[in-house]
Amino acid sequence: MNKRIIFGVTIVSMMALAAIFAPLVATCDPLAMDLSPGARLQAPSPEHLFGTDNLGRDVFSRMVYGARISLSVGFIAVFISLAIGIFLGGLSGYYGGWVDGVIMRLVEVMYCFPTFFLIMMVIAFLGPNIVNVMVVIGLTSWAGLCRLVRAEFLTLRERDFVHSAGVQGVPDMRIIFRHVLPNAMAPVYVSATLSVGAAILVESALSFLGLGVQIPAPSWGNILTAGKNYIDYAWWLTLFPGLAILITVLSFNLIGEGLREILDPKLRERR
Amino acid sequence: MIFRYHINSTGSVLKIKHRTGTFKRSLFLSGAVIFFLLVPAAMSYSQHGEWVSRDAYVSSGIGDARILIPFLADDSTSSSICSLVYNGLTKIDKDLNVVGDLAERWEVADGGLSITFYLRKGVRWHDGRPFTAGDVRFTFETMLDPGTGCPYISSYADIAKIEVIDPHTIRFYYSRPYAPALLKFGMGIVPEHLFRDIKDIRRIPQARAPVGTGPYMFSEWESGRYIILEANPDYFEHAPGIKRYVYRIVPDQAVQFLELVAEQADSMDLNPYQFFYRSNTRQFTDRIRKYKYLSHSYVYIGYNLKDPLFGDRRVRRALSYAINKKEIIDAVLLGLGEECTGPFLRGTPYYDETVPGYGHDPVKAAELLREAGWSDTDADGILERGGEEFRLRIATNQGNQVREDVATIVQGQWARLGIKAEIQVVAWSAFLDQFVNRKQFQAVILGWTIPVDPDIYSVWHTDSMRERGLNFISYSDRRVDELIELGRREFDPARREEIYRKIHRYISEDAPYTFLFFPYATPAVQKRFEGIKPAPAGIGYNFIDWRVPEREVKYKF
Amino acid sequence: MRRYVIKRLLLIIPMLIGISFIMFVVMHFAPGDPASIRYGLNPEVSGSARANFSRMYDLDRPVLTQYALWMRRFLSLDFGRSLTDDRPVTSKILARLPATILLQGVSLLVIFCVAIPIGIVSAVRRNSLFDRVMTILVFIGYAMPTFWLALLLILLFGFKLQWFPISGMSPWYTAYLDGFARFKDLIWHLVLPVAATAFGALAALSRYSRSSMIEAMGENYVLTARAKGLPEKRVIMAHVLRNALLPIVTIMGLTLPGLVSGSFIFETIFAWPGMGRLGYEAIMNYDYPVVMGVGVIATFLTLLGIFLSDVLYAFVDPRIRFEKRE
Repeated sequence: MNKRIIFGVTIVSMMALAAIFAPLVATCDPLAMDLSPGARLQAPSPEHLFGTDNLGRDVFSRMVYGARISLSVGFIAVFISLAIGIFLGGLSGYYGGWVDGVIMRLVEVMYCFPTFFLIMMVIAFLGPNIVNVMVVIGLTSWAGLCRLVRAEFLTLRERDFVHSAGVQGVPDMRIIFRHVLPNAMAPVYVSATLSVGAAILVESALSFLGLGVQIPAPSWGNILTAGKNYIDYAWWLTLFPGLAILITVLSFNLIGEGLREILDPKLRERR
Repeated sequence: MIFRYHINSTGSVLKIKHRTGTFKRSLFLSGAVIFFLLVPAAMSYSQHGEWVSRDAYVSSGIGDARILIPFLADDSTSSSICSLVYNGLTKIDKDLNVVGDLAERWEVADGGLSITFYLRKGVRWHDGRPFTAGDVRFTFETMLDPGTGCPYISSYADIAKIEVIDPHTIRFYYSRPYAPALLKFGMGIVPEHLFRDIKDIRRIPQARAPVGTGPYMFSEWESGRYIILEANPDYFEHAPGIKRYVYRIVPDQAVQFLELVAEQADSMDLNPYQFFYRSNTRQFTDRIRKYKYLSHSYVYIGYNLKDPLFGDRRVRRALSYAINKKEIIDAVLLGLGEECTGPFLRGTPYYDETVPGYGHDPVKAAELLREAGWSDTDADGILERGGEEFRLRIATNQGNQVREDVATIVQGQWARLGIKAEIQVVAWSAFLDQFVNRKQFQAVILGWTIPVDPDIYSVWHTDSMRERGLNFISYSDRRVDELIELGRREFDPARREEIYRKIHRYISEDAPYTFLFFPYATPAVQKRFEGIKPAPAGIGYNFIDWRVPEREVKYKF
Repeated sequence: MRRYVIKRLLLIIPMLIGISFIMFVVMHFAPGDPASIRYGLNPEVSGSARANFSRMYDLDRPVLTQYALWMRRFLSLDFGRSLTDDRPVTSKILARLPATILLQGVSLLVIFCVAIPIGIVSAVRRNSLFDRVMTILVFIGYAMPTFWLALLLILLFGFKLQWFPISGMSPWYTAYLDGFARFKDLIWHLVLPVAATAFGALAALSRYSRSSMIEAMGENYVLTARAKGLPEKRVIMAHVLRNALLPIVTIMGLTLPGLVSGSFIFETIFAWPGMGRLGYEAIMNYDYPVVMGVGVIATFLTLLGIFLSDVLYAFVDPRIRFEKRE
């Protein structure tokens, strides 16, 4: 258990640090093209760790900057879905009644959407750019979180500390967000971590279809897509971005699973 | 390792590997083969002394065809399938001249107010019925009917009356002379006897199973997968050399390339990188040949002439002088392109090679800008005029790697002159809406396909400036307008060429575009196909003359 | 129980309507329109031809009117006609649906036959080498960008080793093959797409099977059975399996929506002539009627999957009628 979390956290931190300090980590300017003959589609070498792409750009540097995009898409998309999910889940679980009814119906509708189809549609029609991608992923993935939060709230709502706060006249919103929510967060952490990985996968799939982050801004997904045409020749353009996505998502999943193992027995105890 | 496909007696497909032999062995073998080939080769000539159709040609493409009726086909796949199944009255030869197809000859009278076509005799539809002038009349009457919704209707709008003189002679009367007409009569003719009583032409069975007079007959269309055509042995020119034409839909260019090298497809259009980097291995060059010819399109930078920034011609010329076209061609197309100075295809008589265009001359550019009042007063690297910096936005559409790369390089080249350009890459739909329809742009990087006929009315005439017209840069020049109108009416080839050469010169001088380059088309075809001769018209113009030697036939059924 | 089933079934209809409305509105708020996309900057097509096109498909009417027209046709199961080639959307979808169902069906079968045994064995031989290896593979499976896997599969098994065809569902000369050859050829074409499609869901399902088995094995009746001295194998097969299998089967229903969404990507890479690709191309071409048609069907399949899952789950555990599940 512990090993997993440590491994996961290490990888994610490395990625995050690389992303934040990209200008220092990258060996070249990710947008700098080298159009001289022989500079394009070079195999990995000491000078270009991951080789060069079809415009002579250093793939390693592009991937370092790409980490920024992939990670920020993951985090922000999940942040949006967290915000919506927690808010609606909290309301739903606390108030019950018709509020719960309405919100649950909404959740059901969200579940029933062919999500990926909808994401494709929205982005194709509104234009592919990083903001749209983040927002759309966020807006379509809050349903699961909402349910989790609601379930937690349903149990916690009966607890003494909640009753006493209510009696004391603490405003509802305060109760929900200051008192109940912190106790409800355990499964949310797990789910959120796993969602980051999922969001990164969705972003790369969208880039693959041409609906994600657009060139020349580098993202792991669009390096993969651009490299697709040379797949049997410039294997480095396919291997490294794919591995990067794999390892990053894996790390997030490991963290999530690890958290679940830690928090789950605690959850069981509390009931 | 090469594979051959045989169908054995039980109908199973056997995929047989053949090893490529050693030199000595092959030397002996070729000697033997040549001898033994003479006998079967002699036998494969039919009694008419013509080659018997054999093998199959499998081309690959990204999009499926939509509708196989020539005058309703508005996508390239449908058009290319139609060109094999149907014939027009005229067609284009390898040098882009108009020659007869279903028409043996024609007469232009009254300065173009009437054109009479004398049709071939003995031509039959694929269902055996004879082809007559009635079919021609029916085709054009249907096209001109507004209810049909033919997208090309404006090309035939000047036809006032159609008269059938006899079953093999037909005359068209025009309200005013229309010189592009001869080329436009390349539109495929459809069979009246099958189309006649149909209410809704789009829903006719022939839209999915066409019947024409062409070298290939329709065989099968599996939606989204492939279209199969079979050779018409009674084609009026001669039976095609290739027995089957197959169009395979492979929606991904990367996969297309893999299929080509694995010999599951016989041709594809390579992109420059595939042309240079991926096709130099023995595995490739042993089996596949690459071709190169000037594509009928050009890429340009268009300036919104309503924007005050581009009102001064000196500024536009300076922007053009600042561009190093060779650098762009080398960088973006890996050298697979030629510089362009005007709106016609290079190599045709309409393109005036003596027009100087704008070579790379940064000194001249700087001088012109200075004359126009632009200078870098505060030495920050950016030009100013009257307190305003020289900033502009270059827009291009998403999904086109070439144009995006061009934009990046142009941005860099202008920066050296002190012009700060910002690149906007916009989704195609939004692009059309905002930039083309609403004309809210400064500079755009786009391309045009060049039709074979030089009439450029729809792009350069003042009339085309109206809403949703294609003259979205708002170019309006009286001389050019008059010349365009004149060109449309002039039937004499020499005089016509002169007109368009003048247009080339005027437009070039005015510099409403910076004409950049013509890209090369770079198809690759499996080596077993012989008879391919690249020409200005491409490589497909003589498809019926292609052959596969007996010993190389891959699909033997 | 019956009331629950009927209630869930009835909910499908308003869901379909609501979702279709949202999709319709999203489409029509996009900038640009089908006529522009189709004719774009084609100099040979005149303005009147474009206007005519818009009129033919009611595209110049207000959005709500268009939706009403669509709804009216939809109620008679007519999805209208495609904007690209004027064929009825229904026949376009029906032509492609079998290919998608074939791919999804075979994938589902493979997932079922592979994931569950793996999960069971992993649970039974907990923490053994097998379990640990499987766990690693499962984690990789969760994190793998599946289209990347598809590309690698094509490259390795299709191109380099030439064991399987690179793309497509059947070769163009399939009409010239006899029945048996055609069948074998179809299987060969299925291998790579199924492998790519099933991989992700395999990971999820085997993991779920494993935890379900572990939970079932921890139940009291198992201890009782063991205490009674029954052989371990008997305990597993007769008792544990039956109880562990039911929750697993309910999850199967939920894999259906995942397969539907995955189909858009896989069908494009493998040139599989299915509905997913039809939908993707329709979106790119602004082919509204087809987008709506594919969207409604995809929604329906999703709803069906959830419905089946819910019903089976309720069947298993009658106590639970509300949404308290993972």
